[in-house]
Order: sequence, then C-alpha cells, then structure tokens
Amino acid sequence: MKNKTKKKQFDLFKILYKYGTIMVIIAAILFFAIALDNFFNFNNITNIFRSVSIVALIALAITISLTIDGFDLSAATIAGFSSVIAAKFMVVWELGPVPAIIIPLVVGVLIGCINAFLIIKMNIPDMLTTLSMMFLLTGVSITFQQGSAIYNFMPLPNNGGIASGTMHEAFLYLGQGELFGIPVPVIIMLSVATLAHIFLNHTKYGRYLYMIGGNQEAAKLSGISINKYKLIAYMISGLIAAIGGLVLGARLGSGEVDAGGPYLMDAVAASFIGFSIFGIGKPNAFGTLLGALLMGILLNGLVMMNFPYYSQDIVKGFVLIVALSLTYYKQMR
Amino acid sequence: MLKMKSITKTFPGVKALDNVDFEVELGEIHALIGANGAGKSTLMKILAGAYGGYEGDIFIDDNKITMNNPIEAKHNGIVIVYQEVDTALVPHLTVAENIMMDYIVDGKNDVFMNWKYIRKQAKQELDALDLDINVNCLVSDLTLSEKQMVLIGRAVFHKAKYLILDEPTAPLSIEETEKLFEIVRKLKNDGMSVIFISHRLDEVFKICEKITVLKDGKYVGTFATKEMTIDKSVEKMLGRKLENSYPKIKVDINETLLEVKDFSGTGGVNNVNLNVRSGEIVGLAGLVGGGKTELCKLLFGEGNILQGEIKLKGKGFKPKTPADAVQMGLALVPEERRKEGILVNESVETNLTLPTLDKYCKRSFMQKGKIKKASVESIDKVGIKTPSEKQLIANLSGGNQQKVAIGKWFLSDAEVFIFDEPTKGVDVGSKAEIYELIGELVAQGKGIIYASCEFNEILGLTDRVYVMYNGTVVKELISEETTEEELLYYSAGGALNEKQN
Repeated sequence: MKNKTKKKQFDLFKILYKYGTIMVIIAAILFFAIALDNFFNFNNITNIFRSVSIVALIALAITISLTIDGFDLSAATIAGFSSVIAAKFMVVWELGPVPAIIIPLVVGVLIGCINAFLIIKMNIPDMLTTLSMMFLLTGVSITFQQGSAIYNFMPLPNNGGIASGTMHEAFLYLGQGELFGIPVPVIIMLSVATLAHIFLNHTKYGRYLYMIGGNQEAAKLSGISINKYKLIAYMISGLIAAIGGLVLGARLGSGEVDAGGPYLMDAVAASFIGFSIFGIGKPNAFGTLLGALLMGILLNGLVMMNFPYYSQDIVKGFVLIVALSLTYYKQMR
Repeated sequence: MLKMKSITKTFPGVKALDNVDFEVELGEIHALIGANGAGKSTLMKILAGAYGGYEGDIFIDDNKITMNNPIEAKHNGIVIVYQEVDTALVPHLTVAENIMMDYIVDGKNDVFMNWKYIRKQAKQELDALDLDINVNCLVSDLTLSEKQMVLIGRAVFHKAKYLILDEPTAPLSIEETEKLFEIVRKLKNDGMSVIFISHRLDEVFKICEKITVLKDGKYVGTFATKEMTIDKSVEKMLGRKLENSYPKIKVDINETLLEVKDFSGTGGVNNVNLNVRSGEIVGLAGLVGGGKTELCKLLFGEGNILQGEIKLKGKGFKPKTPADAVQMGLALVPEERRKEGILVNESVETNLTLPTLDKYCKRSFMQKGKIKKASVESIDKVGIKTPSEKQLIANLSGGNQQKVAIGKWFLSDAEVFIFDEPTKGVDVGSKAEIYELIGELVAQGKGIIYASCEFNEILGLTDRVYVMYNGTVVKELISEETTEEELLYYSAGGALNEKQN
C-alpha cells in the first residue's frame, strides 16, 4: 500500500515535469482570456507575437550556443551592433538596402568565429569569452556611431550638415511590414525557429551539437570533430543574432545606442524556460520560442490589467524559477 | 584471434606492465584477474586504444595492428565498456541515438536524420539482446545496468568482435548481474569474444572459460577455468612477500567508541554492522568496488542513510551532512586526496586549520597569530616536510600532502578517525610515518577505521578486520589470526560461493 502511493506521487511529478510549463502557458492564456475582453482577438495575438519576435530571435541564437554546452552572452550585443551597422550604411554612407542587410549578417558570423577562436584556441570558458565580447562590442558599436543614435535627417558631427541618406523602405519592411496581415518580424521569427528546429533535430549536424554538449569526451571518441562543430555553433549563433538585429533596427527605424543590450536577460530566460517544455531537458528551438511567447503573453496580459510596468520583472523572475525548478529538480534525483 | 605479445607500458617512475602476453580466441569468455595494481586495467586500456605509446605487438588474426587511439581500436572491432558508463553516453539524448551513435557520426547517414531507421535498428539491437528498454527514453532516465546494456547494444551494432567489460558487475544487483551474464553468454554464442575484468572470483568461475592472471604488472599464466579453483587463483594472484614492516605499539583497548547497527544507505551500503573500541585500529578490507569508500562516506554523513544508526560513545545519531559528523566527533581522511582531502591551491596553514577555524577566531575574525602558532605546532607534530607554513600544498610531495590531510584532524577533538586508503600514491618512507601517526592516535585512546585494499597493510596495522563484499560486511576476523589469502578469499565473494555450493 505504501509503495502504491509513492508510485502515484512519482507519476504526478512526471506529468508536472513534462507538461508543467505548457500548463502554465495554457493557464495564463485562459486566465487573461476570461479576465480581459480584448485579449483573445487577432490584433492582440499578432501584437504579442510581434513583441516577442526580437527576444525570440536572440534567444534562438543563445539556444544554438547552449546545445554545445556553451553560452553566447554576446548575442544581444551582436544584434544591437548589426542594427547600428545597417543604420550607418543607409543614413550616413548612403548605401542601398542590400549591403545594409548583407554586411551585418557577415559581421555577425565573423564575431561568432572570433568567439569560437577564443574558446577553442585560447581555452577561455565560453561564458567569459562571450562576456568579454559583449563589453567589447558594446564599445565598438557606440564608437562606430560616434556616441549617438543614427536616424533619418540627423545632424552630422563637425558641422557636417544634415545626413542625406535615409533608412530604406525595403529595409524597414523587415521590422514594420506585413504579409497577409501577419507582421514580417513574426514571419522571420517563425521561419528561423522552424529552420533551427529542423537543423537541431533532423540533421546529423544538429545531433553532433547535442552530442558535444551532452558528453564531449564521448562525442570525440565517436569521431566527431569537436572544434569544427563548436565553430559552426557560434557562427550560427552570430548569424541568428544579426538577423534579430536587422529586425530590431527596422522596427526602430534607427540605430540606437545599446539597442540590443536590454534583450539579453529576457532572451536567456526564454532559452532556459525552453529546457522545460515537454520535459526535453535540453536547449531546443521550439521550447525557446514558447519560452519567449510565455513571457510575452504574461507581460501583455499584465499590462492590459494595469499591472505596474516597473513590477514586471517580478513576474519574469518567478516564471523562470518555476521553469528551472522543473528542469533541474529532476536532474538531482 | 586476438594476441597481445610482450606488452610493456611505463608511466613516469612506474613500470605498469612488464612483458605481458595475452591471447583471446573468438567466441570465448575470458577473465582477466589480479590484485589491485596488477595491471589489468592498463592492459585493457592499451587494447582499447586509450593509451598510445606502448612496447610490444598486437595481432588480430595474425595481422599486426597498431592501437594509438580508441577510434583505431573500434575499427579493429575492439570495444571497451568502462565501469563508469556515463563517460561514453550522452545523457540528454535518447537510447536510440546513443546506441546508433556510430551510425549517426560515421556519415552513412544523410544530412537529414533518418529517425525511422535509427529507432527501428536500435530497437532491433535491444530485442536481439532480449532487453525491454524504450528506445525513445532519455539515457539520463536509465538505471546503471540499463546504461551498460545501451553500451553493449552499441558494441553489437558496431559488429565488435572483442568486447571488454571492465568491472561490469561492481555496481549491479544480483538480478542485474544475472541478466548481464545471460547477455554475455548470448554474445559468445553469436561468436563474440568477451574479456571480463573482475575482482569477483565467484562470478569469474560462473561464466568464464579461461582465466589470465596478472601480478604486479607481470604475466602469471592463462588457465582453463575447469582446472582452477578460487583458492588456486588467489594463490596465483598473490604469492608476494610482505615488504613493509609496521611499527605496532601495544595499546590497551578499552570501551566501545563507535557502534554501527543494520546500517544501509546510498552507494549500495547494505546492512553493515561494526564497532570500534578506544585504542583500536579496525581494518576495512575489500577490493575496489566492494563498498569501502561508500561506507566511509556514509558514516561521515555524505549520502542518504536509509536504515540504521551510528552510536558514538553511546549517543545515537544520524549524520545528514559531514558537518554533523564532525560535530559529533568523527574525522575522515578521504580516498581522493587531491580532490577531497586538501585544498591544493592553498597554503599548508590554511589546510591544517580549516576544520577547526572556529578555535582561532574572535567574534568571527581570524586571529593570524593563533593560526600560525597552531599550524607550526602541528607541522612539527605530524612531521610535514615543508619550508614554511605558508607553502602552497600543490608544491609538496604526495606523502606530505597526505600528512596535511591527516594533520588537519589532529587539531580537532575527533574521537573516531576514518582513513580511506591513506597510503594510496604515497612513497614507502611517508607510509611508515603515516602508520606512526595512526599509532599515536590510538595511543591517545582514539578509535580508527582503516579502509584499504592493500591486505598486507591491513594485516600489519590493524587489530581486527571487517571484510567487505558488495556493500556489506561478509566476515569479521582477528588480524593476527588471518592471512592475506583468507582476506582475498572473502573479499572476492568466496563466502557466498561457499554457501551456494
């Protein structure tokens, strides 16, 4: 008899572990849908999706680095830097939208390479490498924009008159446009998430990343080239972060100072909430997307209920604690 | 057929293997036995490509092969399953992926994962072994024995011809061991050779056809199991003279200090009964995997006590953490000195005063003068050879490091000292000094538990000895009246065999 009750408890925990986060999401949606009249309409839902798109993209970048048991803290700064590059190219240097899109992406990949080089060849721990890179890039970015935001018709320094270039329409479309009524940032977010999901779960390269992250020694002895795939992971991470940066820049219509920085912690939280989705227990694209959405739903709903904006971080922190407990409590057993 | 000829392997300062021969036919189960330090694991690690750089030749079917890394070994059909199975598994991937790891990596797979095939094939491998493990399960959710099976499944998929199992049964229950043996027999019938490293002679005699014995890095011989007995194997494994002498001081043995009753808990410690009296050195003899370290740690509050309690000077308690145990008057000198016994990058002084730092503090502020005084005194008393008390421990020799690990408890008021393999990796001179220190402790009326797999050491040093096998005490002996042969016999599970026959 005693044994039986024990087994039942165990099962309850298993369900919680597997579906806990999903249940929180559904509960949040139900709660807001009942409490608020205009929560569950198309406009508000697109609104939520659009509001999380940048966080989600940066979180996906971090997720890729997490799969190899790394941690790309520079992802948000890469995004900010890439928005600044795009803005400066168009507004100050008067280049078209094509280089303003391509070059930031290339820069993102290059920064990923530098991160990987420092981690692999200099043997600096992942988190410290990318932390240093975060500081470095923040500085480089502000220096590149000469200390101020870059926007249409801005006054140029040294009495250079008014900037004659503008943020191009085609570029702004990335952040502000709509396709079949769906905001373009949402389409980009969903596409990247889908591609990342396919890459991680359905190609062997994705599996290599997980093997390296799960047990580097075993992966090495199976014949996987560890360094090569670490490099690839950080390159992809840089690329996705730069995509996030383009969306960010197009959304703002300018190159702001430290535009990416504030997204870092939300993105990290989204990636880790992602661990707990369906009890997967490891970084995954789908979970990260849901993690970002969960936070977006909560914030959106709370704002609509007049919850003070300055207390929002309490909610974020609480959700993160619940999700992490679900993931790590199990590992302890 | 696999043949290793005149294999010699030297580590800095030690000749681990000296001209060892080893031969395995296809389709046989071959045991490799020897006392601790005989070179079994070293020989198998060479065969599995874990060590490059050995002298001698390895042949498979009369073709000479080189063996410089594990991948080369795998290509030659040699797979090893280490006792620490987790080193070869990716915990948060599924069983299917772990079994099919080689397939996924070898590039026979397209860019896209062929999930259907991977799951089907993995399931087939498990079915062929008669195993009921869900291939979609995460490896981190498996039991230890199931993890072993996953690795064996991987070897089978890899079409390995020679499977090395390094102490596979040490962490398994009796049922799990039976299951493993069933599978091993099945593999043999399918033409695979299994090399079985084990300390458990009763098991060796159960499933192996041939036995190769190593002793002190040298080849003793290969024998058919039919012509051997447990007694004879023990004889072959030992046959060594006692080299060390032990400064035994006669000390009066007084009242019981420590009493442990029906004690079970994590790490497989099962129903242990023992007691230690004042002025007595009690040995804990057993082979690697016998449960000595686990018992020592459990007594010291590291792990969960499931049953039973400890009585110290008649006062019962159940330590939940090592801090509780220290509070009650226990001290532990752990087996992994560098990892658990000392802070390598700190000074001798810091290490010596760590457990008793409270004594040298005034309102939580450390008093440098008192700390220095206490450290200098105990450096002198314990005989640590160091230029000053400020010296970093990393720069001391192994023996002196161990003396610090012991010396830190001298300053405490501990009543019972637990030593877990204190002379491991310590030179002969320091060994004698450590024995002397232990002698001093008993002269002060303390009680000692001395765990070791060096049986001559146990015999020379202790008054009484408990022999451990499979997490439990199987025999209590008076040290003066027993022999190394008897200790090895019981710690290899001989007593269980006796009962069965």
